[in-house]
Amino acid sequence: MIHKAAEVLSVNRLGEDIFELRLLSPAAKEATPGQFVMLFPDSPAYLLGRPVSICEALPEKEELRFIFRRVGFGTAAFSRLSPGTELFLTGPLGNGFPLKEARGKVFILGGGIGIPPLFGLGKELKKDDSLSLNFILGYRSKAEGLFLSEDFSSLGDCRLTTDDGSEGFPGTVTDCIRSLDIIPDIIFSCGPLPMLRAVKQYAAEHGVKAYLSLEEKMACGVGACLGCVVKTTGTDPHSGVHNARVCAEGPVFDSEMVVL
Amino acid sequence: MKQLNTSVELCGLTLKNPVMNASGTFGSGMEYASLTDLDRPGALVTKGVSSSPWEGNPTPRVVETPSGMLNAIGLQNPGLEVFIRRDLAFLSGVDTRVIVNVCGHSEAEYEEVAERLNEEDRVDFLEINVSCPNVKEGAIAFGTDPGRLKSITKALRAKTGKPMIIKLSPNVTDITELAKAAESEGADALSLINTLTGMKIDIEKRKFALANRTGGLSGPAIRPVALRMVYDVSHAVKIPVIGMGGITNAADALEFLMAGARAVAVGMYLFHDPDAMIHIIEGLTAWMEKEKLSDINEIIGIL
Repeated sequence: MIHKAAEVLSVNRLGEDIFELRLLSPAAKEATPGQFVMLFPDSPAYLLGRPVSICEALPEKEELRFIFRRVGFGTAAFSRLSPGTELFLTGPLGNGFPLKEARGKVFILGGGIGIPPLFGLGKELKKDDSLSLNFILGYRSKAEGLFLSEDFSSLGDCRLTTDDGSEGFPGTVTDCIRSLDIIPDIIFSCGPLPMLRAVKQYAAEHGVKAYLSLEEKMACGVGACLGCVVKTTGTDPHSGVHNARVCAEGPVFDSEMVVL
Repeated sequence: MKQLNTSVELCGLTLKNPVMNASGTFGSGMEYASLTDLDRPGALVTKGVSSSPWEGNPTPRVVETPSGMLNAIGLQNPGLEVFIRRDLAFLSGVDTRVIVNVCGHSEAEYEEVAERLNEEDRVDFLEINVSCPNVKEGAIAFGTDPGRLKSITKALRAKTGKPMIIKLSPNVTDITELAKAAESEGADALSLINTLTGMKIDIEKRKFALANRTGGLSGPAIRPVALRMVYDVSHAVKIPVIGMGGITNAADALEFLMAGARAVAVGMYLFHDPDAMIHIIEGLTAWMEKEKLSDINEIIGIL
């Protein structure tokens, strides 16, 4: 884990409010799929880091790739960065996906801006020939941009869904998996809370292990402030109470361990 | 040039420099061990600890505001036994003073923690948190009423042999009244300010930004308010004051020292720069060299 300035390599617009950012940072050498970094806007008025999940780490080039949605001051500032400038980064942070748990028919379910970290996961799991990779990626609409969908199709079987039916399966990611005649051996998922609740329910109904990557408002990103907790079903060993830190014990949790 | 003295004395103990973290912003130091040098600050202040584990508040617990943030963590902590076994054990390997922040729902709970910590040699000071605005029972109730503050200070004075710092709330009409109340019943030092109660509304969701509705405001936004209160309190009591509220660099720290603070704490800014305490210590030394000042104590309380 480092806290250091990183050089901006490129910023590209992929959709209406969707941007791709590439940074040069030694954090790329340590990062595993599902981890995130805190990116700091260069502003005396907006001091907190923004947690952004790592889409892909290229350790040999020390390059980190991020895809984010422009929603507020921080992400708007990131979308305007010029190549050659610098921004502060803390990371890599969090636990990442448990790669060793992958077996058989792996279903990777992504929704919206939860899709990007699953690309690094898919790339890593593709190295294991014994796994069959199945992706279901949910977008708002074709107009908002089907970011990364082409990258994913090179990794395995890839289905797209849109809320408005403008591309692929009309409906949600969980509607789509329920329409299939296959039961996964394991699920990895990242997306908005209502989607993760639906994935958790699907996994429970079918007795499938699911790992969910969660999001919560954060201040420190390193487990100190206890701002970003999620309710847990049992007593969390670190906190001693029914709360786990999304930034430290997570962001990836066994779906049975968390109350969503 | 002769050796610069950055050390200050607090309740009979020497701090190698007057810079520490504010409680709750740095865990017990453990969480930041790989990002900064924990031996460098004059002291480390732990997150509040109570006799039994506390769940804290629902999320969202934090939200950013202009030059600051609101938090309503609700003093989540693993309880005293885990704290001693894990966090305090970790701090045994750190070469600096340790200040343990103590919280409770009732006088008896505060007393239980203070009494148990008497046995722990690693604890140099207790900081009594009677000013957290985010816990319904206890905490701030003791810190906003001079009568109750006197009562709890007196009770804890009888239970602890450690130097006792009372952390004051700014959410009162006259903070010097509370400062004098704590001093009169045996407080060894005062720390201020805790956060200012505030609110933010998410207009898109038409909801409070924090699940607790209100939270404590910290960060540079509160610095002038904090400085004024540190000045007022330093001039109203004889015991030393630890100043905090939006400190980001050596210049900010010097304002608090000149206003009368014996030491200063960095809070929210540590989330922006984990090395902030080190940067401030180095900035203070650079300033002393520039000003040809050999002892930091020479500027404390000059105004």
